[in-house]
Amino acid sequence: MATRSPQSAARLSPVLRRLPVYALRALLALFFAFPVVFMLVSSLKPDQQIFGDLGSPRAFLPVGSLSLENYTAVFDRVPAVRFLLNSLGVSVITIVLGILVNSLAAFALSRMRWPGRKVLLTVIIATLIVPFETFALPMVWWVNKLPWLELNGFSLTLTEGWLDTYRVQILPFVANAFSIFLFHQYFQSIPKELDEAALIDGAGWFGIYRRIVMPLSGPAIATAAILTFLPAWNSYLWPLMVVQDEELRPVMVGIQYFFQLNVSWGQIMAYSSMITVPVLALFLAFQRSFINSIASSGVKG
Amino acid sequence: MASPAVLLLLVFFVIPVVLAFGLAFTSARLVSPTPPRFVGLRNFAMLAEDPVFLRSVLNTFAFAAVVVPVQAGLALGLALLVNGRFRGTNFFRTVYFIPVVTSMVVVSIVWTFLYQKDGLLNRIIDAVTFGLVQGPDWLNDPSTSLAAIIFMSVWQGAGFHMIIWLAGLQTIPADLYEAASIDGVSRWTRFRFVTWPGLRATRTFVLITITISAFSLFTQVNVMTQGGPLDSTTTLVYQAVRSGYQQQQTAYASAISLVFFVLVLIVSLVQRYLTREKD
Repeated sequence: MATRSPQSAARLSPVLRRLPVYALRALLALFFAFPVVFMLVSSLKPDQQIFGDLGSPRAFLPVGSLSLENYTAVFDRVPAVRFLLNSLGVSVITIVLGILVNSLAAFALSRMRWPGRKVLLTVIIATLIVPFETFALPMVWWVNKLPWLELNGFSLTLTEGWLDTYRVQILPFVANAFSIFLFHQYFQSIPKELDEAALIDGAGWFGIYRRIVMPLSGPAIATAAILTFLPAWNSYLWPLMVVQDEELRPVMVGIQYFFQLNVSWGQIMAYSSMITVPVLALFLAFQRSFINSIASSGVKG
Repeated sequence: MASPAVLLLLVFFVIPVVLAFGLAFTSARLVSPTPPRFVGLRNFAMLAEDPVFLRSVLNTFAFAAVVVPVQAGLALGLALLVNGRFRGTNFFRTVYFIPVVTSMVVVSIVWTFLYQKDGLLNRIIDAVTFGLVQGPDWLNDPSTSLAAIIFMSVWQGAGFHMIIWLAGLQTIPADLYEAASIDGVSRWTRFRFVTWPGLRATRTFVLITITISAFSLFTQVNVMTQGGPLDSTTTLVYQAVRSGYQQQQTAYASAISLVFFVLVLIVSLVQRYLTREKD
């Protein structure tokens, strides 16, 4: 027995040594997760209970009288379905158009030879340090002056002003310097010999883009989609300024309606959960691509 | 094939940026029967005498001065804590990242609730100190409001930069660590001479992105405090939005945007210079 104890101590010690590190990790996990857990749990409780539970760990546990009442109240109070569909539509169209436009640009910049492409790429990358906030306000003035062709019956009429439209929520965010850069880097890694072979076989540049380069670019497309989705779904400042019409507003702006008149925290938490859960679910399902896409935004040196 | 992107960038980036410069010297308003008129430096003269604007510059710098080092440091700590293989690597990385995928609007609302006078935070303070310390009304007290927003912002963004630090850590060659472990150096020495120099490029990137996003502070302020109390949380972008959108003074807002743009440019150039390759 005496001979075994040092052995088991030696076996035990690595576990013991790792214990404080695990404790720290767990503590931090609590710190980063508790507000979201609190939001989800509170969304199921009546207002009185939310306040009553605040003083104890019950605040983070789904206990007491739980119901979906806050959620049904949300649907009675605001056009939540409309807001969700608006955000979904705007996000999806921005992502699809963005992938198309940015990959085409990156294709031209990385695989075709023409004068000025290097300068253009440098200029595009340089635009990344200009935050959107610096020109958002002049942009409101500007989009309000932009013309647009509108179909009225059978005649096209020229209208002015983009405020209160879907297009003002989509088009400014389609071309994206970072997506262009991302596709450019990825396209560089695809052997150029493929292009030459295809050209000899009589394919055009567009054929090469569509049949060779894009089918090989799954990871880049996924990354661009994720990095477009997050800001599109979360957008707040821009729609706050350019969309007054309730029918056209996205989810984040919809939250304002809950701070008018009688504030019910249960309903606010229910609405917040509704607009967060889809993103969290996507994140948990595609966690690896999410994290890789963020990581790839940092490794450009 | 590049033309759709170039056209869109021209219309929705180049022209608005040029306008931001141009409109700042005019009398433009969002909706106005008269066309914008050139007024020289009048908007800037008004800015220089606007106490709320000066306060917003100060607050923006104070916010950035705390958030940049604290968030970068916390994120690096997290990255080191979840780097490498151990049981639950993915679990911890995922949990630390949750605030990043939750929108700023939503986390601002949840924290507003947690920060209330009789909110969760003060209940915890009360419990931990056995009722000795009374927590303040965090967001309604001018002496704590900015600190409260800073704390929440650091919490929200740390996971994002943790991932970038992690990506940087992966680029450090493993044989450097092997060599260090053969030499039997301490953990700190290994960090000081292997990890830290290896993260140089990542460091520049993290510092510049945190600085730019810190300077762009808007959403939290708009949701949590509306710039108050007593202008203690107002910021440059918040002021620009307030004058440009609520008061429809496009020209004045453009002047604020221009000041903001120049500040961001100077700060990122200085950072780039300070963190440049020295060899």
